Amino acid sequence: MSDIDKATVAKIARLARIRIEDDKLEPLAGELNGIMGWIEQLNEVNTDDIAPMASVVNAKLRWREDVVNDGDKQDSVLKNAPRAEYGFFAVPKVIE
Amino acid sequence: MTDLTNLTIADARDLLKKGDITSRELTEAHVAAVDAADALNAYVAKTPELAMEMADKADAKIAAGEQKGMTGIPVGIKDLFATKGVHTQACSHILDGFKPEYESTVTQNLWDDGAVMLGKLNMDEFAMGSSNETSFYGPVKNPWRAKGSDKDYVPGGSSGGSVASVAGYCAMGATASDTGGSIRQPAAFTGTFGIKPTYGRCSRYGMVAFASSLDQAGTITRTVRDGAIMLESISGFDKKDSTSVDMPVPNFEAALTGDIRGMKIGIPQEYHLAGMPAEIEALWHQGIEWMKAAGAEVVDINLPHTKYALPTYYIVAPAEASSNLARYDGVRYGLREMVEGGNLVDMYEATRAAGFGDEVKRRIMIGTYVLSAGYYDAYYLKAQKVRQLISHDFNQAFEQVDAILTPTAPSAAFAFGEKSDDPIAMYLNDVFTVPASLAGIPGSSVAAGTDANGLPLGLQVLGRPWDEETVLKVSGVIEEAAGFTAKPEIWWR
Repeated sequence: MSDIDKATVAKIARLARIRIEDDKLEPLAGELNGIMGWIEQLNEVNTDDIAPMASVVNAKLRWREDVVNDGDKQDSVLKNAPRAEYGFFAVPKVIE
Repeated sequence: MTDLTNLTIADARDLLKKGDITSRELTEAHVAAVDAADALNAYVAKTPELAMEMADKADAKIAAGEQKGMTGIPVGIKDLFATKGVHTQACSHILDGFKPEYESTVTQNLWDDGAVMLGKLNMDEFAMGSSNETSFYGPVKNPWRAKGSDKDYVPGGSSGGSVASVAGYCAMGATASDTGGSIRQPAAFTGTFGIKPTYGRCSRYGMVAFASSLDQAGTITRTVRDGAIMLESISGFDKKDSTSVDMPVPNFEAALTGDIRGMKIGIPQEYHLAGMPAEIEALWHQGIEWMKAAGAEVVDINLPHTKYALPTYYIVAPAEASSNLARYDGVRYGLREMVEGGNLVDMYEATRAAGFGDEVKRRIMIGTYVLSAGYYDAYYLKAQKVRQLISHDFNQAFEQVDAILTPTAPSAAFAFGEKSDDPIAMYLNDVFTVPASLAGIPGSSVAAGTDANGLPLGLQVLGRPWDEETVLKVSGVIEEAAGFTAKPEIWWR
């Protein structure tokens, strides 16, 4: 059985990079437990020796020549950026 | 002169060809209808000037004898498709102000054929929802109301704006997308025709990604013939999408022969749900009688893993969504929320907290959880294996039958707020549509009747991979037999 507690929700939120206020962790844990509990019914299904299905398209991915076929679009790429400087995306200073 | 917004695409095409009407006239009528339909909240961005420009180009094409099926036809575009220089946000706050620098292949195909864009259509945020209640732009109202009532109903989702615009006579057709039923369920709720082709038939290039192994474009129209015309226009191989399949696109309209004699139609026994409204069972039974009357052979079939489709979907789709939606971080486009004295991670977390709605956050959280260390095998890998079994069920069924007939949804449209507090109750709406999405097979929803309140109900037709023609053919026979002529009373103008 899934047992998602407050600490687990906080951990998932951090992995997903979504800030969640402390008072929301508990209700969210309840919701996620409800959904995951419902999903647990998959355990009834015997899947021994069944290959996982990643895509319905069986075809092998196509190959193409390793050549530049697009590009030189710096302005277009930066057009929607919340902040761009000197032809780059600009973000808060990162100091490690 | 008759109201041009009542025409079907097929009729408008013929009138345009004869020169009885122009695309300019047709488009003007629709631009006015769009403006008059604000109460539906179907459009989140209107493009009237662009529409008139495109209409004039279409008229020139027709004059030059270069008319195609969609030339001069005004359509609405789901906000999920990138349209160059025009509002494209998948109805999320996190894509605030985003105007793409490129065009999706599906819409480009329409414009190449001369279609006319009326604007962008409302939808559930990132297509995550079955009622259009999760849109940042507010819910869409269903043009249909119960007899003698002025209560508002949901249009279904996620393609709520697409179906409301078509049912509400402010688009002749609309693009839509289906990840777990987002074309078929809203079509059923609004008495329209929705078709989701085989996965790989339409390019996903420029479609805002939700769950890449499931997302597939399709159309909403008022008739099956219109669906065939519009689907043909948006279909086709595209090297810009690695999962696009290089298959010739048939003349879909030519499949509408009305002749299904000798065809075998499967009735999956697992779709008889306990507690399903008697009206839905009755409509399904009626559909079976229509098939027999048209000379088809009806065969009971089994799709044993049906009940596991929804829980499988609610692992696979959120897992893929959590990866796809990782790109919304406040760096390259859309919203950015800064935290005073905060670092880059604080910016990511604040941006995503402010930009995503509750349902999107819930699904990202589920997806992140099922993919996290220690849980991957138990959830994600398990779901992929069950998906294989669901697909196998269909393969086996299609050895016996040519098409499958089921109800589209377990109920008619419901009222606002009725299910929005209970995620699982909302998810159950897609119980009949999700299995086909997981298997990647084509499916449609045809308006086939109304419930006791006068709200539309739909029947779903499923076909073999790449056999949209049979889906359309059977849909056409249902349409003809049902003679569905009910129309919503126009209260929104």
